[in-house]
Amino acid sequence: MIAVELRKMLRRPRTWATILLLNALPTLVAVLLAVTDLGPRPGTGPAFLSAVLSDGTLFPLAALAIILPLFLPIAVAVIAGDSVAGEAQSGTLRYLLVRPVGRTRLLVAKLISVIAFVLLAVVIVAVTAYVVGSLLLGDQPLAASVSGTTLTPEQVAVRTALAIGYITLSMLGVAAIALFLSTITDSPLAAALGALAFLIASSLLLTLDAAEALQPYLPTRYWLSFVDLFRDPIFWRDILRGVGLQAVYVVVLLGAAWANFTTKDVTS
Amino acid sequence: MIRTAALTKRFGSILAVDGVSLDVRAGDIYGFLGANGSGKTTTVRMILGLVLATSGKIQLLGQPMPGAGRAALTEVGALVEGPAAYGHLSGRANLGLLDAMGKGGVRRTRARRIDEVLEQVGLAAVGRRPVKAYSLGMRQRLGLAAALLRQPRLLVLDEPTNGLDPQGIREIRELLLQLHASGTTVFLSSHLLAEVEQLCTRVGVLDRGRLVLQDDLAKLQAPTGRTVVHTPDQDRARVLLDGRIEHRDRDRLVVRGADAAELNAMLVSGGVRVTELGPERRSLEQVVLAATDTSSHQVGVTR
Repeated sequence: MIAVELRKMLRRPRTWATILLLNALPTLVAVLLAVTDLGPRPGTGPAFLSAVLSDGTLFPLAALAIILPLFLPIAVAVIAGDSVAGEAQSGTLRYLLVRPVGRTRLLVAKLISVIAFVLLAVVIVAVTAYVVGSLLLGDQPLAASVSGTTLTPEQVAVRTALAIGYITLSMLGVAAIALFLSTITDSPLAAALGALAFLIASSLLLTLDAAEALQPYLPTRYWLSFVDLFRDPIFWRDILRGVGLQAVYVVVLLGAAWANFTTKDVTS
Repeated sequence: MIRTAALTKRFGSILAVDGVSLDVRAGDIYGFLGANGSGKTTTVRMILGLVLATSGKIQLLGQPMPGAGRAALTEVGALVEGPAAYGHLSGRANLGLLDAMGKGGVRRTRARRIDEVLEQVGLAAVGRRPVKAYSLGMRQRLGLAAALLRQPRLLVLDEPTNGLDPQGIREIRELLLQLHASGTTVFLSSHLLAEVEQLCTRVGVLDRGRLVLQDDLAKLQAPTGRTVVHTPDQDRARVLLDGRIEHRDRDRLVVRGADAAELNAMLVSGGVRVTELGPERRSLEQVVLAATDTSSHQVGVTR
């Protein structure tokens, strides 16, 4: 069942088109940087972007920081929002359920396929960025932490892997919102846009001083904290809070999705 | 095979299905009739565990639904409210995915079973084309192929000939009769009386959520005890059949008495020319209309 869902996801042209688009923006940025040699001043622009002109191997982190605020959440919301509602809209949901596939199993398989998509997308973006960065951008091994000290290549590799894990978990929060909405509506568009509306509201409230009391609980609050993994020593506080917060969102929303989907009349 | 007791479904204030007690026996071709919006599809969805009943009990192949869905549904093939498939994949790939998705789809025999059902429904030549290039009739056939894939004991088909041309309808009818002959029970939901009349052994009629009739088709269409006579010699016939004529309509007479041979002998010996003569049978349409006319509620009215 899970294998079939993964196969379905991997055989869909849309999956690859999305991943291609996710790679397009960082690659364009890399080309522009290489051609103009105009990096943002340190401390401005997306994280790590000022460093990549000298050390291209840091570009995977810059690429992730570029797609994290908007591109990646959109892709995840679209894929996760489509997972149940898309089957409902195309009418295949009823045939899956009378096949029979248990509703809980179906939901779990969909969730795993969404997680697989997020991991696949993040890893492909990181690898592409590494290749692009090595080819186009600077080759002086800088390996500088955000704090100014030097990291060994091993340290950079470990921390990059941790960053990928952290970003995946953050995106899982988005996926949980979209998946929950996907079990409520039969329209994949509504589910994806609903999840995005939630994220946009969250980002907006983060800029508002009056919403300070709410801010620690907003899903996007700690997304960019993965940068803290590259401080020396690692600044864990926000990362751990981010992990905890996403875990709560994921558990609560997936629970709600399960409760709703297993007791719902499938009339699509 | 399917047995429901006082099955009821309420959507908000609307009573969609009201106390339906179906009884589909092994070996039946059961015709489930009803106008659009009479609750047929909701009933079918409840039987298959898609819609959860407000009250009442369902037994599918002797097991309670929706609780035992995983066991019972593996032996059921279904076509519910039109076919559905992934458009970017071929018909063959769609069947393969669906088969791999749950229990009972043995991998070793999958390719052979897919070949067989595609052949059965007449899609063997186009099985490799993507489904988005299929016509409505071809999609319908693919849906039927999916239902047949695991040689189910019970087929639940909702409007299976929708979108097919007369030739296709005939092919599907022959396929269903052939499956029935080899032991498959068929539950066919339809609003096409002619289709049900040609195919089914038992019928149930749903009217505004209630089952108003459930019986063997042969019994419903049994001779009425009257004989229909067509004759150009109206006046002479009337004299001969004094008092036995119940209804007259130009050269057609409805005569009391079931013995057509006796009547024929009497008319001919009395010099009445007979162009047509036979026992009167009610058509399914008359049966259904008579059964549904008795209740006078409107669709969707709160009760």
